[in-house]
Amino acid sequence: MELMRTKLMAACAVLAISTTAAAAGTTVKIGSTNAYSGPASAYGQIGQTSAACFNWANDNKILGEDTIEFIPLDDGYSPPKTVEQTRKLVERDEVVLTFQQLGTPTNSAIHKYMNAKKVPHLFLATGASKWGDPENFPWTMGWQPPYPTEGEIYGKYLIANKPDAKVAILYQNDDYGKDYLNGFKKGLGDKADEMIVAETPYEVADPTVDSAIISFKSSGADTFFNIATPKFAAQAIRKADEIGWKPLHFLNSVSNSVGAVLKPAGLEASQDIISSGYLMDPTDPEWQDHPEFKDWLAFMDKYYPDGDKTSSFTVLGWASCQTMLDVLKRAEGDYSRDNIMEKAASIHELRVPLLLPGILIDTSPTDYYPIEAEQLMRFTGEGWERFGDIISAESE
Amino acid sequence: MELFLQQVVSGISTGAIYACMALAVVMIYQAIHHLNFAQGEMAMFSTYIAWQLMAWGLPWGLALPLAVILSFFGGFAIERIVFKPIQNAPVLSHIVIFIALFSIFNSLAGFIWDFTIKSVASPFGEGPFMGSTLLGKHQAGMIAVTLVMLAMLWAFFQFTRVGLAMRAAAANPESARLVGIRVETMTALGWGMASAIGAVAGILIAPVVFLEPNMMLSILLYGFAGAVLGGLTNPLGAVVGGFLVGIIENLAGTYLGDVGAELKLSIALALIIVVLVMKPEGLFGRKIVQRV
Repeated sequence: MELMRTKLMAACAVLAISTTAAAAGTTVKIGSTNAYSGPASAYGQIGQTSAACFNWANDNKILGEDTIEFIPLDDGYSPPKTVEQTRKLVERDEVVLTFQQLGTPTNSAIHKYMNAKKVPHLFLATGASKWGDPENFPWTMGWQPPYPTEGEIYGKYLIANKPDAKVAILYQNDDYGKDYLNGFKKGLGDKADEMIVAETPYEVADPTVDSAIISFKSSGADTFFNIATPKFAAQAIRKADEIGWKPLHFLNSVSNSVGAVLKPAGLEASQDIISSGYLMDPTDPEWQDHPEFKDWLAFMDKYYPDGDKTSSFTVLGWASCQTMLDVLKRAEGDYSRDNIMEKAASIHELRVPLLLPGILIDTSPTDYYPIEAEQLMRFTGEGWERFGDIISAESE
Repeated sequence: MELFLQQVVSGISTGAIYACMALAVVMIYQAIHHLNFAQGEMAMFSTYIAWQLMAWGLPWGLALPLAVILSFFGGFAIERIVFKPIQNAPVLSHIVIFIALFSIFNSLAGFIWDFTIKSVASPFGEGPFMGSTLLGKHQAGMIAVTLVMLAMLWAFFQFTRVGLAMRAAAANPESARLVGIRVETMTALGWGMASAIGAVAGILIAPVVFLEPNMMLSILLYGFAGAVLGGLTNPLGAVVGGFLVGIIENLAGTYLGDVGAELKLSIALALIIVVLVMKPEGLFGRKIVQRV
């Protein structure tokens, strides 16, 4: 008992010291939710990288005397839990903004709430198109290239390189799948109806997508757009190989992880698949001497040594945190919600570390999609090889 | 025509998945007269055990029987530890525990082996079966194993004393006890066997759908549909039912256009309802007459 009291007092003392230390400048409270437990917990690394990044920013006085207090909470990728945690952040912790909340269904659950409360809901870790709707939801902004943009890029590539393609499309029957599908059709333009010979939805509850792949082969399609989450994407890749169907295969970036999708599906079966990216791949030897990459490695070693240095999640966490820091820097001490939102919606040609060279971030009061360019890549041997120029689908 | 044939064959090979699972469902139904909602998750867990044994370097021939035996004792133990104390409790208590087991196995597997998909090598090898493009070696093997399991089960119930005792214990526990059958042991044995069959099913299914904690979720549902369609009291019926569900699902998905593809799962559920309303004993089941 006595020991406990002493400990408690010591803890209070430490707390008191840290508050006085922070009192020199303003403290910016930033909230976030991520899946730190449950089925999607691999994504938790994104949030952990950001937490480490804000510590780095405080130590390096990126905001001068002002400090950032980052409050990450776990929602286990469950929308009701996201609502609960977000309300806690907004109403009890009184955060100025929330940053990089993970997931489409989870963010959908708080979309209206954040806008009704007028709390900046920034740089979400999801690619759904609905985060770029400033007219109806002026407080919500995504970050990564939206799914339709990626779909559009594949469509444009086909028109330019294989205009007589016969395309079969497998898509998940929800917002995410339809986002990709619509973007792809937009990229094909007037020729969409003529070029698409089969489009089949699947449900997440389906055991396999084998039946769809068999139908695709007999439909005579020579091009395949695989809009599926990792398990189904891998099934489709393997089934196509098994039945000897060898189309020009586009794989959505949601499932282009080598370790989680292509290896289980079989590297042999995955050769020549085309996908796209916008971040530097940490396993690509080309970047090992790049100054931004070296900075990131040094940061990881010091602030997040347990983090996976081969994963795109830690790269994404760092790049999106840097975007946030830029917005806060430009707020120049005025951390009101209005000012932060205004600064977030006026990013002009910002270069953020670890984006592929040539990709810049641009936003405006009518353009809530920060990143809208990607580069195509082809799976060769055991890794992705980028080819062609950066393709932009920047909205006007 | 080629498309039709391919879809039927592919339906049969998916149907084999459901048939395996339906067998485990029938097994447990024979033993306890309930459907075990955790059956799929138990099978998934057994599959992880097999995968882990192989990851440790054991060959197929050793890992598979070992996993099946472990699952048998696991199922036996679950009955002893969890269900024996509540054997006289109302059905609802049993259902609550089924659901609890479901959730425990699911999270436990995710916690131990994480949620990313793992590929499981097929014991029958890769590639097409006898040069046909319709059927893979694994699919052919799976169908064969399902049929062998079916024959073994049938023989077990038909010709062995234990099988007969188990049937008696399930059909009429009181009378069975009076003629000297140890009803509780029989129930536990039923659990062990169902769990072992589930393990075989899981290990056969994993190479097709990839191993992950949620892999059995919808498969169990289709398995139920197969078992109900064929008759919950008849292993042969369950297997035929499983194959039928696979074929119906594929054909509906292919020929009913968008509607079919979007409603594949609903088709399985609709089947359950139609059969239960029109012919509750299933296509091959026997009518259960209760003497009062």
